[in-house]
Amino acid sequence: MGKRVGMEVSIAAAEAVKQANVDVISAYPITPQTHIVEYLSELVANGEFDAEFFCVESEHSALSVCVGAAAAGARAFTCTSSQGLALMSEITYIASGLRLPMLMIISNRTLSSPLSIWNDHSDVMSIRDCGWIQFFTENGQEVYDHVFISYRLSEDRNVILPVIVNMDGFILSHVIEPIELIDQERIDQFLPPYQPLHRLHPDRPVTMGAFALPSIFAEAKKAQEVALRSSMPKILETWKAFGEMTGRYYHPVEAYKAEDAETLLVTMGSFGETASVAVDMMRQEGRSVGLLKVRLWRPFPFDELKKAALGAKQLVVIDRAISVGGPGGPVASEVKSALYGSDNRPVIYDFIAGISGRDVAPQDFIKMVDKAEIEIEEGNREGYEIYGVRE
Amino acid sequence: MTKSESEWTWKELPVGNVVLEPGNASQYRTGDWKSLRPVLNKEKCIHCGLCYIFCPDMSYNLNEEGYFIVDLFYCKGCGICAKECPTGAISMVEEEV
Repeated sequence: MGKRVGMEVSIAAAEAVKQANVDVISAYPITPQTHIVEYLSELVANGEFDAEFFCVESEHSALSVCVGAAAAGARAFTCTSSQGLALMSEITYIASGLRLPMLMIISNRTLSSPLSIWNDHSDVMSIRDCGWIQFFTENGQEVYDHVFISYRLSEDRNVILPVIVNMDGFILSHVIEPIELIDQERIDQFLPPYQPLHRLHPDRPVTMGAFALPSIFAEAKKAQEVALRSSMPKILETWKAFGEMTGRYYHPVEAYKAEDAETLLVTMGSFGETASVAVDMMRQEGRSVGLLKVRLWRPFPFDELKKAALGAKQLVVIDRAISVGGPGGPVASEVKSALYGSDNRPVIYDFIAGISGRDVAPQDFIKMVDKAEIEIEEGNREGYEIYGVRE
Repeated sequence: MTKSESEWTWKELPVGNVVLEPGNASQYRTGDWKSLRPVLNKEKCIHCGLCYIFCPDMSYNLNEEGYFIVDLFYCKGCGICAKECPTGAISMVEEEV
């Protein structure tokens, strides 16, 4: 087994990028992602990591370099946050449309305005439909582990898609945690060198990124949609192989004390750990409350969510992003879609909480469950509110 | 010869829509975009080749008699050749339907 080391999660993420033998790193510093890229640049500059490090002038260029690198057959990495992701957004659709494997870590941060450097999921929700496989993580270990999982999955000949690993800015990125580092030998076994299906090479010229007429565009998008949806078995297989190597098994929807629970909290990202503490407290009081944690955001695990949620009386979904003028938070919206066709579906109460990094303590989760249970009892079957707003 | 784009099914498309056959853009007809087409008056032509040089789509080719002749499969009818011709040998006439 590997070593257990206390380290900042951003540094652990950078260590994982090094251990994954990435060829090309291209990123532009933005809070709270900066420590990842800073540490990687140090490793490369000190000769400890044999990779090309591209200092670019913007995030748009950062991801464009990764697209070019992956097209040439390199293993590419970038990371960003918030406004940086917004500037990159154009290229996110290109990377997935071209079916280029790569990894992007997003240290999730609020999109302006008002200007804020703190955490929520509004940045990644702005590119929700960009066609990348998207994971959410709960702690530093999951971030570290998902670097290897993502590259293996991304480059798998049955997948060939770019992957995003989301980690909550500051709440995860700047926290020091004990991380179990995996021996290099085992990483190399788990993650073989990248063998691209197509690449730009003068010996065998190909065109990437060609124009498509309306007469073929729909076929191209159908092929991409099928590729993303049918990556699910490979995602499960890759998690299983990783679990067999490390003993850490991951699932699209993680259930915590959820069996037979009348009320289920549903969270995504670092909320999961705090919410599980709240569940323990409520269980001690004899309340029938459990927790579902959405780990896989795209492709959305509709079947797994349905299986885990049906049977509960009510779901209390805690979103960390607002869909202004929309159907509530993005997670609640997906959960409602997943359950719409089912009989005896639970009532769903949707809270927006913790936006722009406002702390959400275990007591807050309990208050939200209290409020939802009372509201639902009183007949409010479409509850939606921003939690803790001063009136 | 690649088949026409309207014949491909989604299952047949190469991963990432990579074009594996180099140079097949030459199969794409841009000639049906034009509303005006260039007509050459050979009596005025001095064989300078400015139409060939300025054509943005490389639609002009030198024939065996030494004239630069437009390929109407590609010509979009922009009129640059007629504008640049120093002797006024090229005129733009309306496309007949």
